[in-house]
Amino acid sequence: MSTLCAGCGHDSVTGALVQAAFELDIPPHRMAKLSGIGCSSKTPAYFLRQSHGFNSVHGRMPSVATGANAANGSLSYVGVSGDGDTLSIGMGQFTHAVRRNLNMLYIIENNGVYGLTKGQFSASADLGSKAKKGDANQQPPIDPCQVVLALGGSFAARSFSGDKQQLVPLIKAGLAHRGFAVIDVISPCVTFNDHEGSTKSYKFTRDHYHPAIHADYVPPSQEILAEYDEGSAMPVELHDGSKIVLRKIDEYYDPTDRSAALTQIQQAQTDGEIITGLLYIDESKPEMQEINRMPSVPLATMSYEKLCPGNDKLQALQDRFR
Amino acid sequence: MSTRPGNNDFTVKIANVNGTGSASANALLMKTFFRMGIPVVGKNYFPSNIQGLPTWYEIRVSGEGYLARSGRVDVMVAMNAETYQKDLEEVAPGGYLIYDSTWPRAKTLHRDDISVIGIPLAKMCNEHFDTARSRVLMKNVAYVGAIAGLLDLDLDVIRDSLRQTFAAKAHLADANQQAIELGYNYVRENYQCPLPFQAIADNKTSDHVMIDGNTATALGCLYAGATVGAWYPITPSTSVMDAFKGFCEKYRVDPDTGENNYAIIQAEDELAAAGMVLGAGWSGARAFTPTSGPGISLMNEFLGYGYFTEIPAVFIDVQRCGPSTGMPTRTQQADVMSCAYASHGDTRHVLLFPANPEECFYMAVQAFDLAEQLQTPVIMLTDLDIGMNDWMAADFKWDDAYKPSRGKVLGEKELQEIEQFHRYLDSDGDAIPYRTLPGVHPKGAYFTRGSGHNMYGAYTEDAGEYQEIVDRLRRKWETAKCYVPQVEQEYSEQYRTGIIAYGSSDGAVREARDQLHKAGVGTNYLRVKAFPFTDDVQEFLDAHDRIYVVEQNRDAQLHNLLLLETRVSQEKLIPILHYNGLPINAAVITDRISQEVDKVVAA
Repeated sequence: MSTLCAGCGHDSVTGALVQAAFELDIPPHRMAKLSGIGCSSKTPAYFLRQSHGFNSVHGRMPSVATGANAANGSLSYVGVSGDGDTLSIGMGQFTHAVRRNLNMLYIIENNGVYGLTKGQFSASADLGSKAKKGDANQQPPIDPCQVVLALGGSFAARSFSGDKQQLVPLIKAGLAHRGFAVIDVISPCVTFNDHEGSTKSYKFTRDHYHPAIHADYVPPSQEILAEYDEGSAMPVELHDGSKIVLRKIDEYYDPTDRSAALTQIQQAQTDGEIITGLLYIDESKPEMQEINRMPSVPLATMSYEKLCPGNDKLQALQDRFR
Repeated sequence: MSTRPGNNDFTVKIANVNGTGSASANALLMKTFFRMGIPVVGKNYFPSNIQGLPTWYEIRVSGEGYLARSGRVDVMVAMNAETYQKDLEEVAPGGYLIYDSTWPRAKTLHRDDISVIGIPLAKMCNEHFDTARSRVLMKNVAYVGAIAGLLDLDLDVIRDSLRQTFAAKAHLADANQQAIELGYNYVRENYQCPLPFQAIADNKTSDHVMIDGNTATALGCLYAGATVGAWYPITPSTSVMDAFKGFCEKYRVDPDTGENNYAIIQAEDELAAAGMVLGAGWSGARAFTPTSGPGISLMNEFLGYGYFTEIPAVFIDVQRCGPSTGMPTRTQQADVMSCAYASHGDTRHVLLFPANPEECFYMAVQAFDLAEQLQTPVIMLTDLDIGMNDWMAADFKWDDAYKPSRGKVLGEKELQEIEQFHRYLDSDGDAIPYRTLPGVHPKGAYFTRGSGHNMYGAYTEDAGEYQEIVDRLRRKWETAKCYVPQVEQEYSEQYRTGIIAYGSSDGAVREARDQLHKAGVGTNYLRVKAFPFTDDVQEFLDAHDRIYVVEQNRDAQLHNLLLLETRVSQEKLIPILHYNGLPINAAVITDRISQEVDKVVAA
């Protein structure tokens, strides 16, 4: 049972997550859901009750996920965070999870405001966006998608809690992607940031919403059935055999060209447009487990006999200390 | 106390500039004593710097096997003109000062009560070696040769060591050997050799190794089956992970697949390192992070989380001089309080206090067992003196029958059989609940949260439910007393004066007790190995009229912890404190206790 405010965008994201996990047929106990602190980070308590949950400390979820993943890379990891949890107190850990290409889906429920402490601007608030009491934000925003691209990340997407059609396939793609899949979901705060003058309100988001690339998820061994206009659709094969079909809504947008994508996202930001969809994907980048040559048997369940060299080796190795 | 050197009882100190390669020369000298069968201990006083600042290395040769600093210098090798004055002052009366007479010393640098031995080290090396780098390096090797000549070291032992060290580079072995002979021959030809005190071959070092505590700790982590190490580099703990990596590369790479049966993650900071360790522990891996005081400060947040959510994790604090950045390359035991109650709210953590590298090895293994048995973070507190200096230790042995104690973890089969799993129920009455690991079984799923939770693992803001959890955690603390290592004690009913110490203060206390005993002052001794304190500690406190608590910090931290956690009265607990960053020596303890005993006698 969600305890968030009625109409909160986060509950829609929860709904999309549940639908995606159901459609992907992931056994709940093979999924781990992690979060930090804040309204967004409460949500893992409201879905997939048979999944292991870890509500960590503020801004530190990426490190917990990193350790958990190192111990057992065989689970699906979903992180749910917010704009405060990721872009302020957790900015350090977020950027380093991008650099490690930690294999997890990382959702930012982005509403530009601190809800639990009642309405302070967050680091994603746009310049000039107004607080409920009228103050205009004076500092430039941090865009998590641009951060991902700048740091050489492998998956950056943006969506809107009100667009389930777009969000569900993106979540599926993020779960299937091997690496750190970031989805920045504009998820309006009905209580503190849904007023006139806010650039993270439902109305503003709907008015300035600009889908550039739609991503359809196609499970392994299933044929691509939908018909696409020639030249506008490109399938990207994922490591498990599934595919993401990227459909260009904006014909000039190329989600496989890092610098071009970054330029267009920045231009959209300047124009006050919210560019959405699967903004960038690089399926070839090795993720943390591959980089560290980690075994297929999780370290957490590896037999002790495999780990302990035994007394004979201990005696032999001590010769160098004599 | 002994104030004069004798055979196999003297201290050699080498003053040098860091970055000149003196470490290998000093190691060669240490090893020579050790291989001659004479107990020896080395203390490195080095700057927080890479090149160009003063550095000292102190070698105590002690036939009786004393491990602490001697507190005196019998032979000073003064290789650093900048510290010459200070080094000269430090030589004990009757001692010797060796210096590079290539540049004659100023007349002012003189003492009547010591002998000065000038050796033209630079001149000789310039004549015999070609490159600038080798001339600098060989000067250091040449003073080892000079000491060999003065103290009658076994040249065959030195030759063998060089051959072993440079097995793959014969020309280096030859060059080093040549430098040894330059120094050796010069003193033999120009000075009365050997000195009145010398090294006499003995057989007291067989079945022993020379090892530093950080290497021993890493070895313990390897043998405990630790698989995830997360860390942020910090002096003086860095070599724990360096050593662990080296051992893993040798013993943990699957020969068939080339895969690593370990994960070492260099974190972005200590906060993240702590989070990684908890994440891995939550998932069921044995995970650890080595750090030092500043890292512990940053890890407080997750230490509290781990305590409240009951996640096993091992933290290793190689203590250095605080507060703040303090003196990163100097030693202290000053993190006891900040570790014992680390993090906000009511928290208390299991602490382990190894006294030497040997205990670092065995206690590291124990730390993992305790963390999983008790489902809580365990902090092992060593310090720079133990961690980075070479100590003589009895050979490490491993019981191949050892099985890790994984604590109360419900597996797939057990979960299938039970009706419902609740994370924080005290089913066994020992205040330790059962846990499950992610991915094992749908019935094992639960929600880990640092916010208020009840015994079923659900979120709560209910007064009673919350209190039930924190009360059980307090009871678990009582259970911990049965699991942690017991004290080490030397007790005789006839003595009413006790000494309590822990960690690296042990060597100085043992030596001080011998000195006091010779002066007719008998003491009992208890060495604390863990927090919570076991019942033996209370009994020891009760059995004595005066108890000296010896430790290496300014604020008497263990003393204070004893006042807080036992029923001892403040009047009879007397701190003996040493906290200047150098390892404690016996005189600090002996002088203080003998003064007070004299006072008591006079009164």
